[in-house]
Amino acid sequence: MSLPPARYSFGGDEHIFVELNSEMSLEAFFKGMSITNAIAQRKIPGVTEICPANASYQVRFDPDLIAPDQLLATLQSIEAELGDSALELNTRIIEIPVFYNDPWTNETLLRFRERHQEPTSTDLEYGARINGYANVDAFIDAHAASPWFVSMVGFVAGLPFMFQMVEREKQIQVPKYLRPRTDTPKLTIGHGGCFSCIYSVRGAGGYQMFGITPAPIFDPQQSLPYLKDFMVFFRPGDIVKFKPMNRTEYDAALAQVQDGSFDLLIRPVKFALQDFLRNATTYNQQLTETLYGN
Amino acid sequence: MAIKVLQAGLATTVQDAGRTGYYHLGIPLSGALDQYSFRAANLLLGNPEDAAALEMTMLGPKLEFTQDALIALTGANLPAKLDGVAIANYEVVAVKAGSVLSFDFLKDGVRGYLAVAGGIDVPLVLGSRSTYILGAMGGFCGRKLQAGDVLPVGACSGPSQLGRKLPEHLKSVFAKEVQVRVLPGLYFHWLTEASGKSFFEDTWRVGPEADRIGYRFKGGRALEFAARERPFGAGSDPSNIVDAGYPVGSIQVPGGLEPIMLHRDAISGGGYAMIGTVISADMDLVAQLQPNFRTRFVAVDMAQALAARAKSKQRLTDLRAALRT
Repeated sequence: MSLPPARYSFGGDEHIFVELNSEMSLEAFFKGMSITNAIAQRKIPGVTEICPANASYQVRFDPDLIAPDQLLATLQSIEAELGDSALELNTRIIEIPVFYNDPWTNETLLRFRERHQEPTSTDLEYGARINGYANVDAFIDAHAASPWFVSMVGFVAGLPFMFQMVEREKQIQVPKYLRPRTDTPKLTIGHGGCFSCIYSVRGAGGYQMFGITPAPIFDPQQSLPYLKDFMVFFRPGDIVKFKPMNRTEYDAALAQVQDGSFDLLIRPVKFALQDFLRNATTYNQQLTETLYGN
Repeated sequence: MAIKVLQAGLATTVQDAGRTGYYHLGIPLSGALDQYSFRAANLLLGNPEDAAALEMTMLGPKLEFTQDALIALTGANLPAKLDGVAIANYEVVAVKAGSVLSFDFLKDGVRGYLAVAGGIDVPLVLGSRSTYILGAMGGFCGRKLQAGDVLPVGACSGPSQLGRKLPEHLKSVFAKEVQVRVLPGLYFHWLTEASGKSFFEDTWRVGPEADRIGYRFKGGRALEFAARERPFGAGSDPSNIVDAGYPVGSIQVPGGLEPIMLHRDAISGGGYAMIGTVISADMDLVAQLQPNFRTRFVAVDMAQALAARAKSKQRLTDLRAALRT
């Protein structure tokens, strides 16, 4: 799939917003990763923030140090130079345990039922039905079976947006709540549009709620081993594999979080977009073997 | 030296010039919303211009000083009293050990700044002392102040500036009806032609949901997005986009109903089409808008935005020159 030329627009006098494509695709995400990496390498004076997103990116800059038109021309030339180069990414694959259909998100969704498209069913029942799954268990299996790309980090501190590494016709799609909730439990697994997310902190949210993970992903105190390097765990380009867990396993993991001994399974991996696009199923099996192999 | 919090006020936080370099991970700029007033308070005292200060919102706190101190109050007109006696804003005032600073009802603006000679000495988190409440980080314990908190104050190095005042022409004036300049763009072209016009024609009122994250506006005509095929992954509402980064100051209109403008504690991204961005020169102005105040959005181009920026930079240069130590 080839992408249209990017669309550039100024966000006031301090931002350039670049839409790589209006629709989501791994190609658009990869193009954003390679362009934003190239911008970072150039160390352009006056550029203060480089923010890759799902199918777009934005740059924040000081127009007293670099003229908006000059920066725009620089970004356009970077896009032209990179072209449609074959893309590989040295990244990591991470197992995130999830207690699907848990009591806390169920309690929360009941409190906000009047804001939902289908007040008589749960978010999981609704998601299963409109995506053509026979029941909630089959829907959960599909959510957990194939890995996900972290395609953007943000909204609030450390929240990953994730895009499932399957063919478009297999992607789970659900609308957001009709009106956003004012509350979402911390570490809820949410889904809106074609994206899953993990709510890094408690707060407002509009994504459908499918489950909860015991694994903290943002912690200014940096208590757990995998947060020692930085208070935010996820980076764009990380690959996530969800693993369903039951109540007993969840409670045990939570106890480990509290005593500081909880850790995540993380393995380095090389991702090649063209190989993946050739056969996603086989490629995902190899990724899973990398995660669980010796 | 420390400040004891006797009453917290409505939303009092430690803020400085802000936190740069982490927006791509969802950690916003933060920092004083009205940067000019914040800097004026520090410059009056001879502090570094970006020393941490208190941002007070509509209802001031009640504070006790453990040692002698010099303070300066700027921004919103929150009438201040020291041990019950009125003191002036925009002037360096001496506070004796054991004295209590309190505030009467707000007269103008929204956010007042209290700077102390030496600065508020909370730890730096990712290069800033600013509070980011959603992330529970920075400032004092990552949250608004509460009664019983004890704020450390830094050592004061420079000469005393006791009695120094800000020249009248360098004080901000807060109006009840303002014009906020906007550079249209981003997904502005998704609006119908009629809505692209009505957004700038209508008078909007600041809604009750106006805080450090963003300002919601009400009272204008609903905005319509032109019919188009829904992009894959964007969601079903005509105002939905594939989740993207939000510029600071950008305006989104979920469901076409009420425009929301993001300020310095912005959520860094999401799935609602942004129709333009408030120019940098007008961010301080928005910070001082009270609920129900009237706002007109005025479309400008980049050249006008940069000219306005140069003018507000010049005002800051004048402020520094007037308060050079």
